Amino acid sequence: MATNHSEWEKPLRELEEGIEKLKDVARREQDVAKREALDARIAEFEQRRDRYIEVMYANLGPWEKVLVARAQKRPYTLDYIQAMFTDFVELEGDRLGFADHAIVGGPAALDGVPVMVVGHQKGRNIQERQLRNFGMAKPEGYRKAIRLYDMAERFKLPVITFVDTPAADPGVESETRGISEAIAASMLKMFDLTVPVVSVVIGEGGSGGAIGIAASNRVLMQEHAVYSVIPPEGCAAILWRMPERASDAAKALQLTAQSALELGLIDEIVPEPKGGAHRDPAEAAAGVKDAIQRNLAAISCLSADEVREDRYEKFRRMGLFESLVEPTSSSATSGTG
Amino acid sequence: MQRIDATFDEGSFQELDIELRSLNPLDFPEYGEKLRAAEDKTGLCDSMVSGVARLTGYPVSVAVADFGFMGGSMGAVAGEKVARTLERAADQRIPAIIFCASGGARMQEGLLSLMQMAKTTAAVERCRRAGAPYFAVFTDPTMAGVLASYASVADVILSEPKALIGFAGARVSKQAGVSKVPDDFQTAEFVLSHGMIDRIVPRKEMRTTLATLARHFAAPVPAMSPVI
Repeated sequence: MATNHSEWEKPLRELEEGIEKLKDVARREQDVAKREALDARIAEFEQRRDRYIEVMYANLGPWEKVLVARAQKRPYTLDYIQAMFTDFVELEGDRLGFADHAIVGGPAALDGVPVMVVGHQKGRNIQERQLRNFGMAKPEGYRKAIRLYDMAERFKLPVITFVDTPAADPGVESETRGISEAIAASMLKMFDLTVPVVSVVIGEGGSGGAIGIAASNRVLMQEHAVYSVIPPEGCAAILWRMPERASDAAKALQLTAQSALELGLIDEIVPEPKGGAHRDPAEAAAGVKDAIQRNLAAISCLSADEVREDRYEKFRRMGLFESLVEPTSSSATSGTG
Repeated sequence: MQRIDATFDEGSFQELDIELRSLNPLDFPEYGEKLRAAEDKTGLCDSMVSGVARLTGYPVSVAVADFGFMGGSMGAVAGEKVARTLERAADQRIPAIIFCASGGARMQEGLLSLMQMAKTTAAVERCRRAGAPYFAVFTDPTMAGVLASYASVADVILSEPKALIGFAGARVSKQAGVSKVPDDFQTAEFVLSHGMIDRIVPRKEMRTTLATLARHFAAPVPAMSPVI
C-alpha cells in the first residue's frame, strides 16, 4: 500500500523521466535517420504513458483517491483563485488579535462580477507548509471567514469557498482560543446569509475543518477529491488499532465524491483532466469555474429569503434513518420523516 | 433518565421522536452489532432522548444525550433529534435546553454524520431568528463534532464541574504530535477561564439556574392590545 501520491505515481514518474532523457538524446542527434528512429520510440513511450495514466486513474480506489487528493502537486486554493478570478485582494485580519494563513480570502471578480472568495490554503515546500500550517486553520482562520461572510452579506456579494484541509488545527493554542466555537460560529454565519454560497471540495474535505466553510447552497466536489468525517488513518486506529489499515478505513468511510453524490450529500462532481487536476491545472480550473458559474446562476433566481431557506432545507434533509411510524411502516426514510 | 428527573418538573417530560432508529447506511463494519449492543446496554434507541417538559411551570423543548450509547456519538438520529428540539423551540418560541455528552460525530455513518454538524447548527440559526433562547449544558465529556457544532453556539453555555470539553480527543492530538499540555487542559474549568463557556454549575443547582435563565430569556408574550 502506497502511503503518498509520489510513491504511488513512481512508476509513471520513472517512465516520464525516461521519455525526457530520450528527448534530450534525440535533440542532440545529428543523424536524421537515427533521430527519426528515436522520435518513433519516444512516441511509443508517450503512448504507453498515456495508457498507463488512463489505467491508473480509470478505477481509483478510495485510498488512491486520498493519495491523489493530498498530492503535493495538486492545485491549491490560490492556484484556482489566480486561474479563475481577476483583481483578487487578499484580506488577512480576524480583527481579534490573530492572523491565520491556512484560510485565505477576499473579494475578487468572476468574469467581471464581484464575489467573496474564502478557502483553505496548503503549502508546497517546508517554509510554505509551516506558514500555512499544512492547511489546518486555527480559530482565527474561521473568524476571518466570518468577517468576510459578513461583508459579503452587506455588499451583496455571492460567496465561493474552496475546501482543502486535512482537519482544523488540533493544537493547544487552538483549543485555548476556541477552535470548536470558531467552526460552529462560521457555519452559523453561513446559515444566516441571504447571498448565494457555492463550495468546491478541491482536495481533502477533512471533517469539522471542512464543513466549517462548506455550509453552502451548493456543494461540489472535484472528481478525485475526498470528504470525510475522520481521516482514514484515525478511523483505522480506532477500529482496528492499526493506522496502517487506512486503505480499508477509506473504503469503509465511503469518502469519495462518487459516494457523496450517491448519498445525496453533494450536488455535482466536477470532472478532472485525465490523470488528475495536477496534470493540467488550467483545464482543471476551467472545469471548476464553469461548474461554479452554472450553480451560481441556478440560485440567482431565488429571493434573499429563499436563498437562506434553500440552504436550510438542503442540510435539514441530510441523514438516513428509519422512522417506525411512517405510513409505509419500517422502510428507510431520509430527511425530516 | 436521571438528568431529566432531576432537572424538570416531576412527571412533566414527554418523550418525542421515539420512532427514529439508526440504520447502517454505509454498511460499515460491525456498526449494526454495536447499535444493538448499545440498545441492550442502555435500553435507549440512540444516544439522544428528546421531547418537551416543564421547568418551574415554563414549557421547554429538551434533548438529553447519553454517553453510554456509543459514546454519545452523533449520527443521523441524534442530529435529527437535536434539530427537531431546536425547531420545536423556534416554532413555539419556548427555550431549548440541550444536555450534551458526546465523543463527537459517529464515524460509522461517515459523511452523513459530519453533515449533522451543519444540520444542527442550521437549526440553532433558526432558533435565533425566531427569538427562542437556547441553553446548552456540557456534561462529561463534550467533544469534537458536537462541541464544534450546535453545542458551542448556544445563547448560554453551562457546564457540570470537571467535564472534559475539547475539540481533539487524546488520540487525535497524539497523532498530530501535540505533546505538552496544561494540567487542566480540556476541562470545564480550563474552557471557562478562556471565555468559551459561561458558568460551571454543580448538578444540584442546575435546575434552579436553568429556571432562572428561562425566566430571564423566555420569549416575550405577544403584546395584548389594550382593553378600552
